[in-house]
Amino acid sequence: MTVKIFVPKDAAALALGAERVAKVLAGEIETRGIDATIVRNGSRGLHWLEPMVEVETPEGRIAYGPVKASDVASMLGAGLIEGGNHALCLGKTEELPFLKSQTRLTFARCGIVDPLSLSDYRAHDGLKGLERAVTLASADIVAHVTESGLRGRGGAGFPTGIKWKTVLDTPGARKYIVCNADEGDSGTFADRMIMEGDPFVLIEGMAIAGIATGATKGFVYIRSEYPHAIATMTQAVEIAHKAGVLGTSVLGSAHAFDIEIRTGAGAYVCGEETALLNSLEGKRGIVRAKPPLPAHKGLFDCPTVINNVISLASVPIILDKGPIYYKDFGMGRSRGTIPIQIAGNVRHRGLYEAAFGLTLGEIVDDIGGGTASGRPVKAVQVGGPLGAYFPRALFDTPFDYEAFAARDGLIGHAGIVVFDDTADMLKQARFAMEFCAVESCGKCTPCRIGSTRGVEVADKIAQGIEPEKNRELLADLCNTMKFGSLCALGGFTPYPVMSAMTHFPDDFSPAPLVEAAE
Amino acid sequence: MNLHLSSRDIGIRTLDIVSEMKSLAGPLLPILHEIQAEFGYVPQEALPIIARELNLSRAEVHGVVTFYHDYRDHPAGRHVLKLCRAEACQSMGGDQLAERVKSLLGIDFHQTTLDGAVTLEPVYCLGLCSAAPAAMLDGEVHGRLDADAVEGLVAEVRA
Repeated sequence: MTVKIFVPKDAAALALGAERVAKVLAGEIETRGIDATIVRNGSRGLHWLEPMVEVETPEGRIAYGPVKASDVASMLGAGLIEGGNHALCLGKTEELPFLKSQTRLTFARCGIVDPLSLSDYRAHDGLKGLERAVTLASADIVAHVTESGLRGRGGAGFPTGIKWKTVLDTPGARKYIVCNADEGDSGTFADRMIMEGDPFVLIEGMAIAGIATGATKGFVYIRSEYPHAIATMTQAVEIAHKAGVLGTSVLGSAHAFDIEIRTGAGAYVCGEETALLNSLEGKRGIVRAKPPLPAHKGLFDCPTVINNVISLASVPIILDKGPIYYKDFGMGRSRGTIPIQIAGNVRHRGLYEAAFGLTLGEIVDDIGGGTASGRPVKAVQVGGPLGAYFPRALFDTPFDYEAFAARDGLIGHAGIVVFDDTADMLKQARFAMEFCAVESCGKCTPCRIGSTRGVEVADKIAQGIEPEKNRELLADLCNTMKFGSLCALGGFTPYPVMSAMTHFPDDFSPAPLVEAAE
Repeated sequence: MNLHLSSRDIGIRTLDIVSEMKSLAGPLLPILHEIQAEFGYVPQEALPIIARELNLSRAEVHGVVTFYHDYRDHPAGRHVLKLCRAEACQSMGGDQLAERVKSLLGIDFHQTTLDGAVTLEPVYCLGLCSAAPAAMLDGEVHGRLDADAVEGLVAEVRA
């Protein structure tokens, strides 16, 4: 029987040399006349072990990593196809502690299946949610999603079911499902991984959303920095269309639904939902004032569901296994699972899906294994460039929307970036302001002007110019931005700035420089 | 990509692209992407044609082109090296690496080397935060970069 060898095609694996590994492996298989085939899967999420090569054996899949192209010959020599022992052998993939302790609902198939094989998708419980959805009334589908407690995984945490209900209840000749795949936050890559590793789950989720709300057209707006995700999604949509998953009759039902892939153009602010809608319409990515809500007047003024990739990709399992199954995971008002993206200066970097409720300390120290540099952890930024920096003293904060908000932070899109003790938090605060200045859409003054003033004030503090007065000014400026900005870009930039200043005051009290004395 | 097209050629190709894509819903961004893919940048000569065909003002088209970081108003070098400058890469020494690349190439961000070999651009997150510091060279991704690796990349574009 032909042995399957898996070499990931996820961009993180490619960045670490997976393409060369696959090429060398293919050559060796050919020359040695081995009966094996290479499957280009997504990533399992153990990125510090990428490229992680797996081989299918009767006992299950055996993993090897991190594999370099130069390791391939010796791995084959050691009996790779039988799962033979080798210095890089990690044992059974499923038994790896980082994977074994996860609760994979949304990422159940990611890294396991061939991303572009619809039959593989079906064989791993794919399309069951959609098959069920086509038998239900729209309102029932919406009720399922509402009851599951699913909240927007893009960062705002708004209940998905309520959003869908608003669109369902709003009359309109045309309605749209827009998937926000403009994953611009540093430290986040869950959207990219699912689009590259299990694109059909997103397509299925969008089709369910369409049937639930009466929308017949969907757009996936993917950032241009993700060429691999764009390519995979484009192919997956074509395959789904040919197979009748999309089109005039979704899975043979009376529902029509189609998807178009669109590419962003490098504007971070287009991750904000109303700016994204403007961008899709072919305009500048300027934030719209709300109301009207996109659910009432969204894309081309039509009722529009706009959801993050992970929100939509979590819907199929809710429909398949029922809302209670999903809701049983989690804590408080944060139900289900969350794909935590562990990044930056940390040993075990990658994606870890778990029920809400792990503490930040468990994530960083136990799962992440501390810093990659071996130095002490100084700060952890949670939730991207607009997220707060947490010191070790707050490591008991549970991963939950409300718990983070109570500590002046946010979980955002669930990316965490670890910094060791060499980090200068004043520099990080300045960067947050600088980033906001570069990416501001310019519509509202607190964001457009405030961010530029923020950079200047941070520079003055760094130069030791009236530091006390300028710290006060920075706090005042943050207050104005937080309450006066139109969207989260200007409104949340104060989180990293204020948290850095509050938790790391020493970095904001530099010794006065000589130039400042003039 | 031909850098020596006449205004007339640009006009003809632009009109082809616009005619082909104008039936899309919200066609302007896809059109601009296609034009940049064709010419390597968005030529000024293309703007009035797009405006006329989409029934927009030239100012509106200009506004869109200049809003988005991706669209260039002049051709890039033969290679484009994008260095990730966001937090996850900062935490792994991205800033020092950026300084190293700049001094190796003798240019700053948004600049092109005099021999036209390479344009250096900052990018705010490639989604390779678990493989930081990261870069993209002509669409190919590179992770876990160190001083040796960036020297290799620079040598590649200089070759």
